[in-house]
Formats: sequence, C-alpha cells, structure tokens
Amino acid sequence: MAKTIVPFGPQHPVLPEPIHLDLVVEDEVVVEARPSIGFIHRGLERLVERKDFNEFTYVAERICGICSFIHGQTYCQGVEQLMHLEAPLRAKYLRTIWGEMSRIHSHLLWLGLMADAVGFENLFMHSWRVRERLLNVIEGTTGGRVIFGTCKVGGVRRDIGPEALPGTLKELESIEKDAREITEIFLHDSSIKDRLCGVGVLSREDAYALGCVGPTLRASGVEQDMRALGYAAFDQVPFKVVTRTEGDSYARCAVRCEELLQSFEIIRQAAARMPEGEIAVKVSGNPKGECIVRTEQPRGEVVYWLKANGTKNLERFRVRTPTFANIPALLKLLQGCDLADVPVLVLTIDPCISCTER
Amino acid sequence: MIPHEQTFEAIGSDALLRRVGELKAGGWRLAAISAAKNAAGLELIYTFDREYRLLNLRLQLAGEVVKVPSVSAQFFCAALYENELHDLFGLEVENMALDFKGNLYRTAVKFPFGCTKAPAPALAASSEAAKSPAVAAANKGA
Repeated sequence: MAKTIVPFGPQHPVLPEPIHLDLVVEDEVVVEARPSIGFIHRGLERLVERKDFNEFTYVAERICGICSFIHGQTYCQGVEQLMHLEAPLRAKYLRTIWGEMSRIHSHLLWLGLMADAVGFENLFMHSWRVRERLLNVIEGTTGGRVIFGTCKVGGVRRDIGPEALPGTLKELESIEKDAREITEIFLHDSSIKDRLCGVGVLSREDAYALGCVGPTLRASGVEQDMRALGYAAFDQVPFKVVTRTEGDSYARCAVRCEELLQSFEIIRQAAARMPEGEIAVKVSGNPKGECIVRTEQPRGEVVYWLKANGTKNLERFRVRTPTFANIPALLKLLQGCDLADVPVLVLTIDPCISCTER
Repeated sequence: MIPHEQTFEAIGSDALLRRVGELKAGGWRLAAISAAKNAAGLELIYTFDREYRLLNLRLQLAGEVVKVPSVSAQFFCAALYENELHDLFGLEVENMALDFKGNLYRTAVKFPFGCTKAPAPALAASSEAAKSPAVAAANKGA
C-alpha cells in the first residue's frame, strides 16, 4: 500500500505548544513518526553568559510556563551546591509546598487537555475551573500566578505566614474535593476507558531502555521519582511513588491523577511540619565547580548541568527536560497506532514544548 | 533519603562505545547527553543513572575534532540527543540510529551553540525577522 505523509502540528487543536510530526501512514495506520522541534527555541541556556548567577534564577524560572517554579528551584539548588550553601529548613519546606502546587496546577491543566482530546468538553472546563482556583491560591501566597518568582539562591523570597497558612490549607482542601470528583469521573467513565485502555502500551523494558521519565515511566511499572532523592523537604515529608503496571494510555493518566491528589497530602504534611525560622541565608562570593542536579517536575526528572568558574556568570548551563526524554517513547508509541489515536497518545506523555525549547 | 551520588569519569572517543556498552549491560539508563564549547574544543558529558546514582562520562574533543561515534545502537534514545548536538553545536555524529539531517531544531542561526561566545544580537540580522526597521534599530542600539 502507498505511504502518505500526514503533517501533524506545529499548529493543531490538541497541541498547546508547537511540535511538528510527520506521520507516515498506510491507510489509517501510522508506520513512522518523524518529529521536528525548534520552532520556538530561545537559546536560554546561553543567557547564562550575560546574566549573573543571581539574575539567572528568573531566566531559569521562565524556561517553562507550567512548571516554572521547579525550574527556578532546581537551578537554585545547583548553585547552592556549588557554593556550599544550605537553604534554611523553612525555605526548603516552602519550596516543597510551592513545588507541589506547581504539580497540581500542571496536572489539572493536562487533565483538561486530555479530556478535550477525547471529546469530554465538560470535564475540560471543570478541570480548568478548578485549576483557576489553585492559581488564585498560588497568587495569594507568591504574588504570581504562573511565574512564582519566590525562589532565590540561598532560600526563598517570601514566606507563608501563620495568618495566611490556615486559609490557604482550607482553600486547598476544597480544591482537592473538586479535583477528586473530577479525577474519579475521568477514570471511571466508560467512553474514556474505551479510548485509553490497551492503547499505546509501553512495556517496562521499553520504557526504561528508551530513557522515559516521570509518569510515562512509572505507568510502566518502574518505581522512579526524583523526589525520593530527598531534595527540599522530601527527606522529611513522606510520600509514596505512584506506579502502575499496565503501561497503556489509561495507566499514564491514572498515575497523573493519583499524583495530583497525593500532592495535596504532601502540602498538608509539609505545612504541619514546617518549622519557624529564617527563609534565606546570605550569599557571598561566586559559584565554582560543576554539578548535576535533578528534581521531579510534573512531567518527570529534569537534569541540570551547571558549570562555574568562580566568576559571576556561569560557564555552562544545560537543561535536559522531561519531555525531551519522553519523545523517543512517543515515537515508539505512535508506530502502529491508528491515526485517530495520535492526539490521545501525544497527550499521554503530557508534552511541554516550552521546556524542551528552553 | 537516597544519597545523591554522582561521579565523573574521563574517557576518550576510541573507548566510548565499549564503555557505553558496558553501562548498558550493567543496567544503566541514559539520562542525558550534554555539551559545552570551551577553549580546548568541545566537551561532552554522557550522563547515566542507575537506582538514583549518576555516572558521567566526560569526553573532551580537542580543537578540530568534530566527529564522534553514535551510541544510539546501545541506547536508541541517544539519537535525539545526538541530533541536538549536531543542530546546536555543529558536531557530526556518525551512524545515528535516527538522523534528522539538521532538521530537528529549526533555529534562525545555524549551530547557535557552536562558538565559545553566545551569538551577538547583531548576528540575528541575517534572519528574516531582523530585516524589519524596528529590529534593525534595536540591534544598532544594542
């Protein structure tokens, strides 16, 4: 049968950001997918040569418009490691809380897009309605809605005081109730199960060999979550790595839904254990040396390579984003799938092209 | 809490494939391939992970050496990193399992990371966008 190339993206209703796939199809079956990215490549990594290491925190945070806070946090952790600094314990707890809010925000955004992709418009609107409430909480505690701007080298810039914490937790509890209701509807809806169960199966061996990260990896049964490294306050706040074994589209969605709800619990635990005290330490001197830092973004492990030579500008700043690591798996998933399943499969890896185009 | 172990191991390009093969057989996962242009040439870091431990192979390519063998036969996912190395740094990677022939990244400036200093804003003058009077004026001001 003759092969046809169907261009998918960079502008497509299911894609929140631009990525292009040339889908080679035989009849309605995809036999190969060839990606191209770089439509919005910004070269942010090289800005490190022009911005000093303190200023660069803001650039790092702008790598992504969804998981911005954890980018800033990862960068700060790296610089602190190079400068042999330790952020105060309260700052670590605050980073944990805001990091998990970032995860909730990201997963709710994804849930809406996923619902939209399978034609469940109502659930899409409800997901984003709930997300809007979370953005209000983020704004109330940080001053920003997407770019938090609270992380800095040596600690954090703002505190969540005792007068604000109870109200914040109460609102989060109410948001959690809504989120739980939405995820239960999503996971138990028969038409959603028909679209997702058994579709795009990624075996445990393939997921590991292809270098997958985050929910894409964990849905195939690999128990790996960088929060287990114990960065920020994760060495003191208990959490369980969420895994599934089916490795299909439904499992990837289920992992994200469970993580979404787990993040509320992590925030509650962190708020209950958060000690009093300073939120930042004084920073003097310049970073020197090199290190690799990893944290768990909503989409999975992010890898930062920082190299400094003792001047105010880092020598090299490199980011390997989770979506970049999941693209090889996406190419594998698309081979042999029905053309109609392409949007769904793309969304099951929750691609974030902004990050990838850093 | 898991100790965040990370080690760096210097390696030559002739020994790269053998060492990567050993790591693959040892159950390591390729976490990233990174590069940095420096005065000596190009520095590559192959980062591997196993049970939260990191092992980094450091490959320093001297001066005019702009070719390395692909490790995508051992780790298929390496092909994406290697295409990135080509498109951003101008590095030639031999025998990639998947070769996009320079079309993975569609950047305005060719090999934007292939020089030791970041491309100056004036370089953008070669792009279509920079032909507008407003951008030209901004570049002049910069």
